[in-house]
Order: sequence, then structure tokens, then C-alpha cells
Amino acid sequence: MANILPPGTLAPDFALHVTPDQKLSLSELRGQPVIMAFYPADWSPVCGDQMALYNELLPEFQKFNAELLGISVDGVWCHEAFTHDRHLHFPLLADFEPKGGVARKYGAYREGDGICERALFVIDKTGKIIWSYCSPVAVNPGADGILQALEDLGK
Amino acid sequence: MAELKIPISAKDHLQGDANAPVILVEYGDYECPHCGRAYPMIKRVQKHFGAKLAFVFRNFPLNQIHPNAEAAAETAEFAAENERFWEMHDAIFENQESLGLEVFLLLAEQLKLSSAGLREALESGKYASRVKSDFIGGARSGVNGTPTFFINGDRFDGAPEFDELVAEIDGRM
Repeated sequence: MANILPPGTLAPDFALHVTPDQKLSLSELRGQPVIMAFYPADWSPVCGDQMALYNELLPEFQKFNAELLGISVDGVWCHEAFTHDRHLHFPLLADFEPKGGVARKYGAYREGDGICERALFVIDKTGKIIWSYCSPVAVNPGADGILQALEDLGK
Repeated sequence: MAELKIPISAKDHLQGDANAPVILVEYGDYECPHCGRAYPMIKRVQKHFGAKLAFVFRNFPLNQIHPNAEAAAETAEFAAENERFWEMHDAIFENQESLGLEVFLLLAEQLKLSSAGLREALESGKYASRVKSDFIGGARSGVNGTPTFFINGDRFDGAPEFDELVAEIDGRM
């Protein structure tokens, strides 16, 4: 499995498209915790879809003032259709050009497969990674680790 | 390995003996087709193990993709308050193709429950906090989709199929 960036590392900044004409950079979110969820692909066929789960948990994440970002190598139009279809209420970033460029910086790119790992990062308000986890690609990691990390952050 | 963070208590809907050697917990969504398929399978698993297995159902409605899941969960909780949880749980899964207020009210009547009482409970969200607390407890325990099973507190990451569940439960007997 990939060697993802460990806790204590400064989270590499990036600017990626969230919509066809809008970009979002990590540094814009300084001052609040950020959850970065790299995932292999849009259109996972099961109800157990990771993004659907996080979508339901947004109010919990918001209790910690945390912003959730989903990231995959899918393009903006694909993300837009997926977001619409699944009623997602958080941004999906397109790590599309150069493909997987941001995932590589986080150690979360699967070279042979050309997709992101299922890797999670919780970043504190100063931009430092405080928790990271890489799940086997077929296993949806759930949200317990994220919630625990956010809780520990508040202590 | 993800673990069940919320211990089984008297608040739970439990079928069988709370002191059985193995307790199977399902976090489920009444509108999820995978849960619908798991429903008869669980009955077979229960039959297979008899009194040696207890079964607990907790709510995990994915409301953004399943618009009737929350009301279905609250309907089952309403039935629970009237001691008819399992009948309602079964009836909802058996009518999964046609979920909606009309069906919930009809099922209540069939179970000799007050359909007016159910309508009022759904409108006021009387059982919403119960459903929510199941959901949050599940998320904290590593529920990652529906259905998610826990066997004696450990998350079961295999396929929700009879043979796999039976093998895992056998290992705990």
C-alpha cells in the first residue's frame, strides 16, 4: 500500500477545479480543519459508497467547523454529474491535469491503476496533517477515524 | 478492525437471548436494496443457529439517496413503542418496492396500530432523535455503508452472504 503523508507533515498546497470555471486551493481554507478524502472513482455502484456516507455526516463534520473535500482523478463534468445524481453537498475536486498530481504529493496515487488510493487526511487550521489513513482500495474506511481525529483536535 | 462503540442495551431491538454466545448487529437502511436482499438471508442465519444467536437491528438511513429511509426507520420505532418492532421491521422490508407514507400507514393499520398516531409521530419527528442517535453511533463504530454487520462487536468486512456470515459466526461459537 502507498506511503501516504504521515501526521506532523505540512499539507502540500494545491489549486484544483471544483466546477468547470472555479478553482479551490487548500490555503483558502486555513483557519479551519479540513478533511481530504481521496477516493478511486465516481460512480461506485453500491449504497455503501464512501461519498454518500460522508454526505450524510456533513452536519457532524460541521460541528467541528471542518470542511470536507472529496478528490479523485475524474474530470469536472464527471464530478458535476455525480454530485447531482447523489445529492452531494460538499465539493469534489478534479485531480485531472496533470492526472493525479495532487494525489502523488500526498502519496495517495496508485501508479499502475491510474487512480487515487482510498486515503484520508485530517488537516488542522494551521495546515498541518494531524491524522492520515490509507484503506485497502476495496474497503470503504467509514468515518470513525475522521470523527475521532476531529474530536482529538478539539481537546 | 472497526469495533462497535455503542454497547447493546435495553434500548436496542433484540431478537433472541441477550446472553446468547453470539450477537449479530445490523446497521441497516429500509430502502437500501442490499439490506432488502440481506433481510431473508438473516432469517436463514437465525434459523441455522437457533437460540445460540441473537440479532439486533439499528438504523442507518442514507437519506440523501433514499428519500423514504428516514420515515421507514421512524415508522419501525413507532411500532417499537407499541411492542411491534419486529413485525413492522419485517413488513417494511417485505414492501421495500413501494415505501412511502401510504404504505407506512397501511402497515400500521395491519398491525392494529393507530395510523393517526403514526402520522402525527412522523410529522412531529417524534422518533427522529432515536434514529439519529443510532446513525451517529454507527458512524462512530465504523459503519461504512448498508448493511454493516458486527459480530460480537467486531465489524464484519466480508460479503453479506449466508455462507460467509455463517462461517464467521461459527468461528465465534
